[in-house]
Amino acid sequence: MNSNTLWLVGRRLGAAIVTLLIVSMVVFAITAVLPGDAAQQSLGQFATPEQVAALRLKLGLDQPGVLRYLHWLMNLLSGDMGQSVSNAMPVSELMAGRVPNTLMLAAATALVSVPVALILGIGSAMGRGGRIDSFLSFFTLAMVAVPEFLVATLAVLIFAVNLGWLSALSYASDITSPWQFMRTYALPVMTLCCVIVAQMARMTRAAVIDQLDSPYVEMARLKGVSPMRIVLRHALPNAIGPIANAIALSLSYLLGGVVIVETIFNYPGIASLMVDAVTNRDMALVQACTMLFCTAYLGLVLIADLCAILSNPRLRNQ
Amino acid sequence: MTDNKIDSQLISGQDSLRVFEGLNRGMSRRNALQMLGVAGVAAVGAGSLFGAAGKLFAEEAAAPGKGKPGGRIRVAGMSSSTADTLDPAKGALSTDYVRHFMFYNGLTRFDMHLVPQLELAERIDNTDATLWTITLRKDVTFHNGKTLSAADVVFSLLRHKDPLTGSKVMPLMEQFAEIKATGTNEVQIRLSAPNAELPSILAVSHLLIVPEGTTDFNQGIGTGPFKVKEFKPGVRSIAARNTSYWKPGLPYLDEIEFIAIADEPSRVNALLSGDVHMINEVNPRSTTRIKASAKHRVVDAPSGNYTDLIIRQDQMPGKSAEFTQAMKHLMDREQIKSAVFRGFAVVGNDHPIAPGSRYYNADLPQTVYDPEKARFLLKKAGMESISMPLVASPAATGSVDIAVLLQQSAKQAGLKLDVNRLPSDGYWSNHWMKHPLSFGNINPRPNADVMFSQFFQSKAPWNESGWQNDQFDQLLMLARGETDDAKRSKMYADMQTLVHDHSGIGVPVFISNIDGVDQRIKGYGSNPLGGFMGYMFAEQVWLDA
Repeated sequence: MNSNTLWLVGRRLGAAIVTLLIVSMVVFAITAVLPGDAAQQSLGQFATPEQVAALRLKLGLDQPGVLRYLHWLMNLLSGDMGQSVSNAMPVSELMAGRVPNTLMLAAATALVSVPVALILGIGSAMGRGGRIDSFLSFFTLAMVAVPEFLVATLAVLIFAVNLGWLSALSYASDITSPWQFMRTYALPVMTLCCVIVAQMARMTRAAVIDQLDSPYVEMARLKGVSPMRIVLRHALPNAIGPIANAIALSLSYLLGGVVIVETIFNYPGIASLMVDAVTNRDMALVQACTMLFCTAYLGLVLIADLCAILSNPRLRNQ
Repeated sequence: MTDNKIDSQLISGQDSLRVFEGLNRGMSRRNALQMLGVAGVAAVGAGSLFGAAGKLFAEEAAAPGKGKPGGRIRVAGMSSSTADTLDPAKGALSTDYVRHFMFYNGLTRFDMHLVPQLELAERIDNTDATLWTITLRKDVTFHNGKTLSAADVVFSLLRHKDPLTGSKVMPLMEQFAEIKATGTNEVQIRLSAPNAELPSILAVSHLLIVPEGTTDFNQGIGTGPFKVKEFKPGVRSIAARNTSYWKPGLPYLDEIEFIAIADEPSRVNALLSGDVHMINEVNPRSTTRIKASAKHRVVDAPSGNYTDLIIRQDQMPGKSAEFTQAMKHLMDREQIKSAVFRGFAVVGNDHPIAPGSRYYNADLPQTVYDPEKARFLLKKAGMESISMPLVASPAATGSVDIAVLLQQSAKQAGLKLDVNRLPSDGYWSNHWMKHPLSFGNINPRPNADVMFSQFFQSKAPWNESGWQNDQFDQLLMLARGETDDAKRSKMYADMQTLVHDHSGIGVPVFISNIDGVDQRIKGYGSNPLGGFMGYMFAEQVWLDA
């Protein structure tokens, strides 16, 4: 890694901080526009006006929005993410309970889906236009088209209800053995794989085909290099940039966009926490979740770019 | 001034304790009844008087042998979020109520007929239904070892009057003019106006008793049958048996894990795959799936919940009594019951008191489906061939389907109805009670007085049909101050008749709560208050594995 790369990383980190700041402002503004506030949501249908007024005062909701935002920002800078208004627990505590679950599910899914997607993508690129390619194309497109709630519900019906092999619920804290881990995670991981494998495989196929069409590959082929060696040794290193980006995008989805899977399998992850936060107009929690998603997204994209640079000598030594 | 003891309706604390002890010794139903007979309880309708103890007997008949101690079960409710709370005052959803009844006790407790039975109160006396003296049970301790005293009760009740508490029953508590301790075990409540229904108000989950000075409710310190082992809002709670519970031999279960699965098909799947033992809020369409499983059963719990046709009385065409009457005759109740709710409903009679509940007027003639009579009435009102919009929304359970059925039967009487289907979002604030013909949905209330006061009194803010009736209002006030149960019963019967004959509300059916339960769960019953045995299953069920 030379100074150029370091400069790039530094610049990206700086931009990331500005992005986070802008995102937090936008989220704050949007949440403020939503009808009703935390006091009304918490008191419900039969609240009296004096109750609402008293709770607003207690929660500081009577202050102007800009002031509340600055207050939140100052606290964040000093490392305090604030308190959840709906149950008076620190946001950091609520997050700490959920983040490991989300990371575990994302890691398990990534571990299965990335190799599968790469094999499928490279396989179809090598047999481009052939029977395997057509079959894989059809298969992956079908997977993209089927909504994940359908996949999840059908999978539960077959494997949990009818066959009784797997658990219909995935609650992470009761796991004691690897076998139990498999049983618990099998269905959600399978469902999520259906969604993201297809996207990653399509991107991999396109990237590899792009390289296979280039003159240097033709040269290698003319020299009699074996097809396997051409793909793995010559084409793939040059295709890593776009593939890494496709993987990064898919993984960022796993960190914040799996509400449906969390709902169906009753998995306590960060996505459902954010849905709760929005429903309860719980500003501090909404902001904390947004910051987390945004940071994870920016981080993954940065890593993908670094992969692209480091895998390419031309970019590396610029 | 005379002291009216309401022991005649309430089984005393001593009695229920003796029965619990008796049960543990293996007492027969007959012995238990004799025991209660000796205590001088007036058995007017035997079943309704024995409360929790009576229910145990009923289950005993179904499953021989008393409850089996031990076991761990997992239960899934219908909704859960980070707003889950162990503060009884803030309870908003069925999941909250279930947890509150695990960890806390109230002064009184509803039985399966919604009759309040004594719980932490040992006796309740009153003077003119205005000045109430509550004597507390002496041997009760909180989970932290502290003994229950009058100060705890005063604190638990008074906190609802502070707007900062965020209590869901603050308006209900306005009538409590004064609450004070008059001894270590005696609390005096002075009401601003007579209300003979105080014992049933004290039974609502929001008024469960917490220790004096509690600020952190996440610990769930109460006197209830279970202690908090783990509580993560929006994730789950684990309740562990309170080994020093004041009711000997109870609860049966060692541990209850309580989670929530918001998605109905997923909830049913979790039950069928054996991941959970109990679920609530089953869609009538899913009942066939549960019935098909040999390991599970459907528990149909008739409730006081109803979806009603609102015919505004303060505008045309509802102003015409004939039109209102005709609309009531156009509802084919049997068809609504079978087609919309697949039989999981009880036919209603255009008043809010459900069959089988306290003060239900069984002598009132049933409004029947009669398009010919409706045609005649419409003709009389000069509205033979008018066309009217009918507002329905998924927010009011089943109302869209009911509206379509009503549209079909109205056609036969020459009335043209246009069903106007509105989205759930904002229905209650923007459309409910604001159209000449629309639908509402009312959840069960603790007693007839609250029901009539909130939804039928002329000046009530939620007087759905804008119905004005002086005679009804007077009866309502009289009944509140009447401590003679028989007389009050008569008054409530008259009020039902008035509502049935004159108000602009059509109650086609009362919608049942449907629970799905593992066959190994014993002692499971139903309660009109809601699913999960009126949220109070925890203390009463056992696992026969």
